[in-house]
Amino acid sequence: MSAVKTDIIEVHICTGTAGVASGAFEVMDAFNEVFKSKNVPAIVKERECKVKKTGCRGLCERDVLVDIYLPGEEVATYEHVTPDKVQTIVDEHIGGGEPVKKWAAKKSYYDFYKLQKRYVLKDCGVVDPEDIDDYIQLGGYEAITKVVKEMSPEDVIEEVKKANLRGRGGGGFPSGLKWTFCRKSPGNHKYLVCNADEGDPGAFMDRSIIEGNPHDVIEGMLIAAYAIGCNEGYIYLRAEYPLAIARVKKALKVAEERGYLGDNILGTEFSFKLHLKEGAGAFVCGEETALLASIEGERGMPRPRPPFPAVKGLWQKPTNVNNVETYANLPMIIKNGSEWYSNIGTEKSKGTKIFALSGKVKSTGLVEVPMGITVRELIYDVGGGIPKKRKFKAVQMGGPSGGCLPEDLLDTPIDYDSLIAAGAMMGSGGVVVMDETNCMVNIAKFFLTFTQRESCGKCIPCRVGTKTMLDILERISEGNGREGDIELLESLAEDIRVSSLCGLGQTAPNPVLTTIRYFRDEYEAHIYDQKCPARECSELIEFVVKDERCKKCGICKKVCPVDAITWEKGQVAYIDKETCVKCRECIVNCPFNAID
Amino acid sequence: MAENAVAEEIDLSKIDKICEKYKGKKGSTIPVLQAVQEEYGYLSKEMLERMGDVLNVSPHELYGVLTFYAQFYTSPRGKYVIRVCRGTACHVKGSGRISEVVKEEFGIGNGETTDDYGFTLEEVSCIGACGMAPVIMVNDKTHGNLTPEKSREIFREYAKKLKEEE
Repeated sequence: MSAVKTDIIEVHICTGTAGVASGAFEVMDAFNEVFKSKNVPAIVKERECKVKKTGCRGLCERDVLVDIYLPGEEVATYEHVTPDKVQTIVDEHIGGGEPVKKWAAKKSYYDFYKLQKRYVLKDCGVVDPEDIDDYIQLGGYEAITKVVKEMSPEDVIEEVKKANLRGRGGGGFPSGLKWTFCRKSPGNHKYLVCNADEGDPGAFMDRSIIEGNPHDVIEGMLIAAYAIGCNEGYIYLRAEYPLAIARVKKALKVAEERGYLGDNILGTEFSFKLHLKEGAGAFVCGEETALLASIEGERGMPRPRPPFPAVKGLWQKPTNVNNVETYANLPMIIKNGSEWYSNIGTEKSKGTKIFALSGKVKSTGLVEVPMGITVRELIYDVGGGIPKKRKFKAVQMGGPSGGCLPEDLLDTPIDYDSLIAAGAMMGSGGVVVMDETNCMVNIAKFFLTFTQRESCGKCIPCRVGTKTMLDILERISEGNGREGDIELLESLAEDIRVSSLCGLGQTAPNPVLTTIRYFRDEYEAHIYDQKCPARECSELIEFVVKDERCKKCGICKKVCPVDAITWEKGQVAYIDKETCVKCRECIVNCPFNAID
Repeated sequence: MAENAVAEEIDLSKIDKICEKYKGKKGSTIPVLQAVQEEYGYLSKEMLERMGDVLNVSPHELYGVLTFYAQFYTSPRGKYVIRVCRGTACHVKGSGRISEVVKEEFGIGNGETTDDYGFTLEEVSCIGACGMAPVIMVNDKTHGNLTPEKSREIFREYAKKLKEEE
């Protein structure tokens, strides 16, 4: 990290969704109040003090995160900041020059960033997402200026092809090639769509990019629109992200006022109108043809392809759809050149990928790593490993379309093709880590419940097939599994995969298939022994305290919400089955795994 | 369960003005439904009929669209809408229990509203705040890093707030 160059004092506060939920605005108010009050160190009175809101910088779990920029000194970060700590930070650090060590970010904070290569997220957490001038000052809108003034549309496509950018929405289709299809389609009116309907449970990359740096996405869309020849565009953003919606609205308005959107952009012939479309809560709308139906105001049901959107898309016009992260990659490709870009990553997967790291991992949050890094490095070196000294069991990658990888596949490199070979997929980038207390049958059931609920019902294999699979998983987890159920699941999965209309159905069986592939013994334990080895399926738990393992600590009694546990100092706890509601609080909290 | 008991007293005239703005515009079905719901909190049969008249479309078409999307409601909802995230990260960190706590505190299950229209429970797929799982949203406010007990305290605070507001 380099020393601060400006001569003003800056306080950067993370105001992403997690930051706000942890009280970022209260912390911001506290800094503003302290700076205005009379009771401040001399340096604060002498210099300009700026409190700036920034987007997500990744380590959401430590929010509220605050950076202090003092002239000539290295940036210092504080974690878990609350309003009552502000006066001390101002007095001791800004005034006295002594960082408040006990609240300063710890080693694990810096470890989190060590292996990361933050290119797309370079300015996320630095730039004020609601201030276009801040973005411009950091080099924003330089790429589109270069594009419209110095490059032909063909040049731009060529550059993106050379960079070998692949779609970040999941499939990994080469973006340059996709654009060529749309560019070559006949017609004067073409649409450009940004898929920001990030519905995968466990994914928040797109939300963070939009909340943290909305102008970057707009600039990326402008570059694509120019290259393809689109004159109108939509950002389809899910309604569950109110903060992102507010920031995009603001960014669109200001960008138009400044002449980056609208007619004759930057004084050239190029015109591009960009609208925001709010989703209304349907996962299937992340599928591109369903998304287009939804923009048109219909039920968001997928349409058969071909014709592909590049030929007949939105309102039957040629349309190009890419996701948020893909567009966000474009400004830096143009600025730094395709050669620079293609030096990052592996031979077939270039650049970086942003992941939402969550679940049973110490440092949860948003990470950007070069393609080719292993899953193990992602979880242990970036994420800091598994908390509570528990054992790693599996990692779920790629959301409801992806799969669960076991420990012996942790050295799989993260690139599109290796992950598919292992049975998972890049997907949009959700990475959920699970430990020994998570049941793999339960997780398969969880995903099937999701896809089954979100299935639009248009095609039978998906509508009926996922329901049948879910029924089987439910009876297995309740201890009523039958011999042959595993084979039945496998055969149903294959049928659904080959015969569903869209990606949702085709990939819905993946979580079931990979859990069977890598954790078959757990399915068998449920079916043949009526046991849940992870003790998560409550129908299969006895709720009995085992004498030999109980250390008589009494924690279970404290956490039991219905007072079903009797315990006295020096005695083994006892669970009264009549009162017990099988909530599993005791199991989750017992440090000694003493309850079966 | 609360039903459409208050429907008759509602002034539907605001619908006309909202709909005029969208009339004849392509792709406006979802935005116009969102705008009317924003005004009234839900979309009743009477509202859809009135919308259909102004927009010159069949109310059935509107109904078809609204039933497809999770964020449209056909009955009034609570003053406080509790969204319990049931995304993967929240799931592996025990969000199922949080829904149970809502049931214990307010006696409502997923999609249900208390009789006094105070609270509605809505289990949602993912609110994208996995870094602080398990997470809930109460109206627009996000609460993270919950345990069942922490969530119970939060619910009781809202219940207290609701009482004070009455």
